Amino acid sequence: MTPALEVVRTGPLTLVQDAGRPGYAAVGVGRAGAADRGAYRLGARLVGHGEDLAALEVTLGGLTVRARGRIMVALTGAPAPATLDGRPVAHHALIDVPHGGLLSLAPPPVGLRTYLAVRGGIDVEPVLGSRSTDTLSGVGPPRVAPGDVLPVGRAPSTFPQVDAVAHRPPSPGPVRLAVLPGPRTAWVGGLGPLVAPAWVVGTDSNRIGLRLSDPRGAGVARVDRWRDAELASEGMVRGAVQLPPGGEPVIFLADHPVTGGYPVVAVLTEAASDRAAQLRPGDTVRLVVAPTAG
Amino acid sequence: MTGILVRLLPAGERALLVEVAAPEVGRADGEGDGASEIGAVLALDATFRACAAAGAGPWAAVRDVVPAARTVLLHVTEGGRLDALAADVRRLAAGLEPSPGALAAGSPGRPVLEIAVRYDGPDLDEVAHLTGMAAEEVVAAHTGSPWRVAFGGFAPGFAYLVGGDPRLAVPRRGAPRPSVPAGAVGLAGGYSGVYPRASPGGWQLIGTTDAALWDERRDPPALLRPGAVVRFTAAGPERARP
Repeated sequence: MTPALEVVRTGPLTLVQDAGRPGYAAVGVGRAGAADRGAYRLGARLVGHGEDLAALEVTLGGLTVRARGRIMVALTGAPAPATLDGRPVAHHALIDVPHGGLLSLAPPPVGLRTYLAVRGGIDVEPVLGSRSTDTLSGVGPPRVAPGDVLPVGRAPSTFPQVDAVAHRPPSPGPVRLAVLPGPRTAWVGGLGPLVAPAWVVGTDSNRIGLRLSDPRGAGVARVDRWRDAELASEGMVRGAVQLPPGGEPVIFLADHPVTGGYPVVAVLTEAASDRAAQLRPGDTVRLVVAPTAG
Repeated sequence: MTGILVRLLPAGERALLVEVAAPEVGRADGEGDGASEIGAVLALDATFRACAAAGAGPWAAVRDVVPAARTVLLHVTEGGRLDALAADVRRLAAGLEPSPGALAAGSPGRPVLEIAVRYDGPDLDEVAHLTGMAAEEVVAAHTGSPWRVAFGGFAPGFAYLVGGDPRLAVPRRGAPRPSVPAGAVGLAGGYSGVYPRASPGGWQLIGTTDAALWDERRDPPALLRPGAVVRFTAAGPERARP
């Protein structure tokens, strides 16, 4: 029997994700891939396979799957309380799921996206070289639904090197995201205006981007020289902090558009982009200037 | 030989934005003329793409080359050296000339893609009104000169086409349509384009094509890629249902 996961429940949103689909941005398809790449890669490392095999990205818990065949898994990312046949199991550790075993995730107390890495990878049909679902372009496998039977790939010849890794719980208080200068930082006169407000993550945030609002002020204004300037659309990156006319920034995440017509006034570091993917609506965020090398 | 003047702008730990600097011959207001900027972008894009394919030096890490109206974004994988890439970009740009209109193309190795269009779009009369031409003249203008793919974006397989008849430069519609059908051929802001699939859209729609702009099972999946030359032809209604 081919090993597989039978999907019993999905919670608000469960997607198949991998390292993404680079190389198609010029024809309108972004990279997509796991929103929190660090957590996704840690999961791959724990189950002892390459960093390009697909995992499940579970938003706000709620996933229940039943194993067909014996399956090795690991949980990373948002610390959704997990049970195997009713008994609690840990994150950041290998979990041996027997045939018929029922694995369930409750909503995480903090963070947003939990990764279920499955040794051998979720073996759905790749699209343009990736099994990532891109929620913006619609490219990739459909979102995971109850009743799906997700095939699991053959376990690789490599063996897991670690049983468990140290777990750093998210720190309390406002989340600090490190930013570097962007191509249009001059439009707001430097990074200073961005680091001043305590931004709040908006409810209309998703894998495409996070909307930030400034509950105490009017956001960030352009400097006089660029006040009425029009920007021709230009290429975008994950972590781009884009400033629409209202002055309240959008932080682009994994499924960002490949180009955009509002100025990118800063760009998150890679680590901060991963952290941003774990923010929930209502969370408070401070942007801080990243130390630059050399 | 003057080379292409570029400005290199930061775009985070994994990317570099190469902006075409307004040429000396640009307008007095400091803005370059759009056509020569796109020529420069196309020349840079073709060169960067060839370097990335060859994969020598810092180009081995380049995963995406994303042209736009005045810029080309270079995206590298982890470990890519942006400083070395920047130095190479400057060196290459200095030795390039903007890709000329080259719109009369059909040059060897660059065949002209023909796209058959039924000119039955809901905005054909509005475009005629805006341009002061008769509807038949709009069709003649749209089919009369070749277009070139400048860049993509917006949706998989969507291409911004430049270089057509300048009389067809019309603004976007005042209010976008919530749904434009797949294959709709439009005009806006001096560009022409074809909607690869049903989506919201604000362009003025002049016709419809059955051409498959995007097919994930095809390699390459996009019919129109940066640099390609396109000629629209007027299809009779008998070709409407192949």
